[in-house]
Amino acid sequence: MRLDKPWINLTKETIAKLPGQLGVFQLARKDDCIFYIGYAGGHSLFGLRSELEKWREKRGSEETQFRYEINMQYMTRHQELLMLYVAEYNALPIENTDVDSHRLGRLRPA
Amino acid sequence: MYPLLTDEQRMIIDQVRRFVLEEIIPLEEHLDPDASELAPEDHDRLVAMVRTMGLYGIDIPEEFGGPGLDVKTRALLAVEMAQHRAGLYAPCYNVFGAAGLAQLYEANDDQKERYLYPALRGEKRGFFGLTEPSGGSDPARAIQTRAVKDGDDWIINGAKIYISAADKADFGILFASTDPGKGRAGITCFIVDTDMPGFYVRRVVHTLRSSHYATELQFEDLRIPSANILGEVNKGFSIANERLSRQRIPYAAACIGIAVKAQEMAIEYAKLRHTFGGPLASRQAIQWMIVDNELDIRTSLGLVFAAADKADRGEPFRTDAALAKLHSAEAGGRVVDRAMQIHGGMGVTKDLPLERWFREMRIRRIGEGPSEVQRLIIARDLLDGAYH
Repeated sequence: MRLDKPWINLTKETIAKLPGQLGVFQLARKDDCIFYIGYAGGHSLFGLRSELEKWREKRGSEETQFRYEINMQYMTRHQELLMLYVAEYNALPIENTDVDSHRLGRLRPA
Repeated sequence: MYPLLTDEQRMIIDQVRRFVLEEIIPLEEHLDPDASELAPEDHDRLVAMVRTMGLYGIDIPEEFGGPGLDVKTRALLAVEMAQHRAGLYAPCYNVFGAAGLAQLYEANDDQKERYLYPALRGEKRGFFGLTEPSGGSDPARAIQTRAVKDGDDWIINGAKIYISAADKADFGILFASTDPGKGRAGITCFIVDTDMPGFYVRRVVHTLRSSHYATELQFEDLRIPSANILGEVNKGFSIANERLSRQRIPYAAACIGIAVKAQEMAIEYAKLRHTFGGPLASRQAIQWMIVDNELDIRTSLGLVFAAADKADRGEPFRTDAALAKLHSAEAGGRVVDRAMQIHGGMGVTKDLPLERWFREMRIRRIGEGPSEVQRLIIARDLLDGAYH
């Protein structure tokens, strides 16, 4: 199942409103091109809020947007989103250098 | 805790217990609480250690290069190997090696060369495809995937669901109906390569396990050569039954491993935590939970050892394995539940492994044949198969 919620600008204000829960997120440029798929796991201090804040500090807020999903199955959902991306584009998102593509499964959605 | 062990069994248990305490648990502190994989460099380092211990390929039969453990020793090790956060479904993060699919040990020489040996060398991965959207506990009636002969080949159409690791597999074994009127006697087992045209992993199925998903498969005019039939046509269910029953014993034992660790944590916490002017351990309500835990652990161990001893003596053990699996899965779940209750709020957080064990132990009552099917097997055997 794809994550197809509307994009939100990555700003201090939007992040402050995020829940501190576990889940997955996608980051994209202004042209909707996804460059990273991540998750807020059990070690995230404030869940999605703190994970996305790290990206805001790293990337600034002008050119970046995000969308998220609260999900207790954050690890398998993260893998699913990565596999769906690979099925569509035949490569991982450009900044997912933290993922070994050889350990990722292969999906052929109908 | 374990009576009547040989010196060799004691030595192996001590070795593995130390391994879990000194090598596995420290690594878990740096992993996500739901993780089931180690970093590759840690994994490789620990595999090398296990090889030195002579225990790599723990489930591989001796004739295929495994250490040749008897069932009781294997069950004892399962209890020990499970005693960490990921231990129920990823005991010691799988650094003791995988056995491959039990059915492949019954394959012909050509199939062993193409699938079994590469799997044992870690070069190929396989999946097991039985359950369908129409059911899994009564596969003979539930299997609607159809294989039709076409010259020397078979054409398969249908779907499977809740299949582990098919998206990462190089091959798999799948069961299809080749004679729909015959029920169990009309099912054939095929080996399929996952790069064959017509094989599709359609979606991920999320479960209570956050680090492991199942998949849904679809077969559209999947053409399989007759050389890929495992066993004989219409005899798919007669393959490896004894091996599969044997596997049920360490499966049950792993549930006890989790229960042992949960009980250890509950006792320690009950002594430390004070409420209303005294330690929890002084409250009868808590004492009784701890006693009930012990009872569940010891009865489970007794049933597991009884099944393992029978299997090792070469006696029929199907009923005993079913009893062990049924009781250990249910009792283990109760122990984790009580340990959680004793820990109060902390018990349901991701700071402790109890919440993960709680979720994963729930699956244990369904996986490898649900409790109800185990009861069915036991009742049939006790009643001489006279009442269906």
